[in-house]
Amino acid sequence: MKKTFGLAALAAVLACGGAYAQDINVKIGVLSDMSSLYADIGGPGSVAAAKMAIADFTKDHPNVKVEMISGDHQNKPDIGTQIANQWFDVDKVDMIIDVPNSGVALAVSQVAANKNKVFIVSGAAASDLTGPKCNANTVHWTYDTWMLANGTGTAMVKTGGDTWFFLTSDYAFGHALERDTMAAVEKAGGKVLGKVRHPLNANDFSSFLLQAQSSKAKVIGLANAGGDTINSIKQAAEFGIVKGGQKLAGLLVFASDVVALGLPTAQGLTLTETWYWDANDTNRAWTKRWHEAGAAASKYPTMIHAGVYAGILHYLKARLALGPGEHDGKSVVAKMKATPTDDILFGKGTIDPNGRKRHPAYLFEVKKPTESKHPGDFYTLKATIPEAEAFRNPKDSGCPLVQG
Amino acid sequence: MFEIFGIPSQALFGQLLIGLINGSFYALLSLGLAVIFGMLNIINFSHGAQYMMGAFAAYLILQYSGLGYWPALIIAPIIVGITGVIVERLFLQWLYKLDHLYGLLLTFGLALIFEGIARNYFGSAGLPYTVPESLQGGRNLGFMFLPNYRAWVIVASLVVCFGTWFVIERTRLGAYLRAATENPTLVRAFGINVPRMITLTYGFGVALAAFAGVMAAPIYNVSPQMGSELIIVVFAVVVIGGMGSILGAIITGFGLGVIEGLTKVFFPEASNTVIFVIMAIVLLVRPAGLFGRRA
Repeated sequence: MKKTFGLAALAAVLACGGAYAQDINVKIGVLSDMSSLYADIGGPGSVAAAKMAIADFTKDHPNVKVEMISGDHQNKPDIGTQIANQWFDVDKVDMIIDVPNSGVALAVSQVAANKNKVFIVSGAAASDLTGPKCNANTVHWTYDTWMLANGTGTAMVKTGGDTWFFLTSDYAFGHALERDTMAAVEKAGGKVLGKVRHPLNANDFSSFLLQAQSSKAKVIGLANAGGDTINSIKQAAEFGIVKGGQKLAGLLVFASDVVALGLPTAQGLTLTETWYWDANDTNRAWTKRWHEAGAAASKYPTMIHAGVYAGILHYLKARLALGPGEHDGKSVVAKMKATPTDDILFGKGTIDPNGRKRHPAYLFEVKKPTESKHPGDFYTLKATIPEAEAFRNPKDSGCPLVQG
Repeated sequence: MFEIFGIPSQALFGQLLIGLINGSFYALLSLGLAVIFGMLNIINFSHGAQYMMGAFAAYLILQYSGLGYWPALIIAPIIVGITGVIVERLFLQWLYKLDHLYGLLLTFGLALIFEGIARNYFGSAGLPYTVPESLQGGRNLGFMFLPNYRAWVIVASLVVCFGTWFVIERTRLGAYLRAATENPTLVRAFGINVPRMITLTYGFGVALAAFAGVMAAPIYNVSPQMGSELIIVVFAVVVIGGMGSILGAIITGFGLGVIEGLTKVFFPEASNTVIFVIMAIVLLVRPAGLFGRRA
C-alpha cells in the first residue's frame, strides 16, 4: 500500500513537468532606406546594429527569443505605411525601429498608434514626432531637429554668424529643421534673411546657392541631409562661397557624408551629433564588432546605428520586466519611459513623457586633412551639451500627452 | 540695375547662366539617347546607369592608376563604351526586329543591375572627386561668380554636341549611318558592314553618356543613384525635342536647362516638375516633338 502510494505520488510529481521560466517571444522589424540617399546613414548598417543588440541581450537572457526582419521603405511614406501595416497585422511584428526620413516616420508613427504596437525612431529627425504629432506608442531616440537647431544654430550665432539664409529640403524634415533653427537663431539674437526650398534628391544646387550668395547672409544653413547636403557643400566650395566669407552650417551631417566629401572639402564644418565612433575605446570596440556583424568595411557607424542598438536593448529590457504574454504597445512604451536607460553607447539617460529620449549632445568640428591621424578620424570635440539642455523641454513641445 | 518681375536683373542673368550649364548636361545626355534611338530604334533606359559608370570609372581610374581628370575624360568613355559594345553584341542585336518595348525592358533591367552592383560595392553616400587643379577657382562676372569648371562644362558640351551633329549630318560616315538605319539591306549590298556600324554607334552613344558622367564627377555627388535621378528628366528632354532628331535634342537640352533655371528663381519647389509639364503640353500640341519627324 505504502509502496503503491509512493509510486503514485512520484508519478504525479513527474507528470507536472519541470519548473522552467516561460519564454518571452519578441519580433522586431528594422525599417530603413536600404537603397537610396539615406542607405549609408541607416540601411544595412542598422540591420547589423540590430543583430548585435539582439545577440548581446539574448546572451544574458536566454529565455527571451527574438526574431528580426528588415525592410526597405524607399523614402516613400506610402510604401513605409504598407510595410508597417503588413508587419504589424500579418507578420506579428511587435516593434518597428529606425526609419530615416521624417515623412515616412510620421506615417509609421500613426500606424503604430492605430495598431497599438511600438515604434522606436532612430533615423528620422522631425521634432514633431515628440511634439504636436506625438503618441503613446512612439519613442524618439538618437536626435531631432530641435537638438540640431539648438546645438549648431546657437553655437554659430554665438561665434558671430548672426544673419542666416536657409537652403531647405522641401519635405517634412527640411521644414521642421528650418523652423526649429529659425527659432533658435532668433532666440540667440540673430536674423533670418531668407530661404529657398529645393526638391528632395536635387542634383544641382548652383541656382539655390547663387540666391544664398546674393542674400549676403553670414551663414548659409543647410536644412537638408544625405546626398543633398553633400551636393550643397561640394557645389558651395565650387562657387567660392566659403572663400567669399560666408559660412556653411551643415545642420545635419553624418560621418558617412564626411567620407563622401573628403576632408579637404568638409574641413571646418560645425555639426552636432549624439554619438561618434572614435570618441572613446568603447565606441571603437563596438565599431569593430559592427563591421564583423556585416557592415561594409569602408563605412563608419553613425549615431543612427548606435540608436538602433541602444533602442533595441532598452525595448528588450522593458519586455523582460513585463514578463511573458501579450503586452500592447502602450504598456511597453510606458514601461520604457518608467525605466531609466543605461547602455554602453549613450550611457545613462531617461525618456520624457512625450517619448523624447534624453542624452548629451556633442558639438563637433570637422578636422583639417593634416589633423586626421587615421582613417575615420574626422571630428574634434568642441563642446558637450548636457542632456537637460540638449533636448526640448517636454512642456514646450506641444505634445498632447504632456500635462501643463 | 533694374528689376524683372521683382528679381534684380543681376540675379536673373546669373540664374540664366546656371540654367545654361545644367542644360549642357541635359544636351550631352539627350544627344546620346537621340543618337541611339534615331539610329538603332532602341530606347536606351540604361543611359543613366552608363552616365553613372562614367563617373565611377573616373573615380576608379584616379584610385588605381593615379591618373586624374584629363586622362579620365578620354579613358573612361572608352572603357564604358566598350561595355556598351559588349551589351549590344550579347543582348541588343537580337531585339532590333522586335517592338521598341523589348529594348526598353532589357536596358531598364541592365540599369537596375549596374546600379545595384555599384551600390553593393560603394554604398550610396557617394565618393569624393575634386575639380582638377587647372580648372579650380573662377572669375567674378559682376552679376555672379562663375566657377571656371562650369564655364568649361558649357564649352566642352557645345563642342562635343555640335561635333557629333556635324559628323552625323554632314560627313560621309554619318551619311552611311543614316542610310544604314533607313535601308540596311541596300546599304549592305554596297559592301558596308552594317552590324559593325550599329554596334559602334551604340558604343559611341554610351561613350557620350560616360563622358557626361566624367564631367559631372567633380561637381555632382558620385553615387550609384546619380543616373536614375537624371535620366527621367533627360527622357523628357528627348521626347520634347523629338525622339529621332539630333539637333532637336541639343537645342531642347540647352533650352530646358534655361527654363528650369528660371523656375528655380521664381518658384523653386516646382523646379522638379516644370520639364514634365512642358513635355505634356508639347505632346498634346506636337506629338512628334518640336523637331521630330513623324515616323
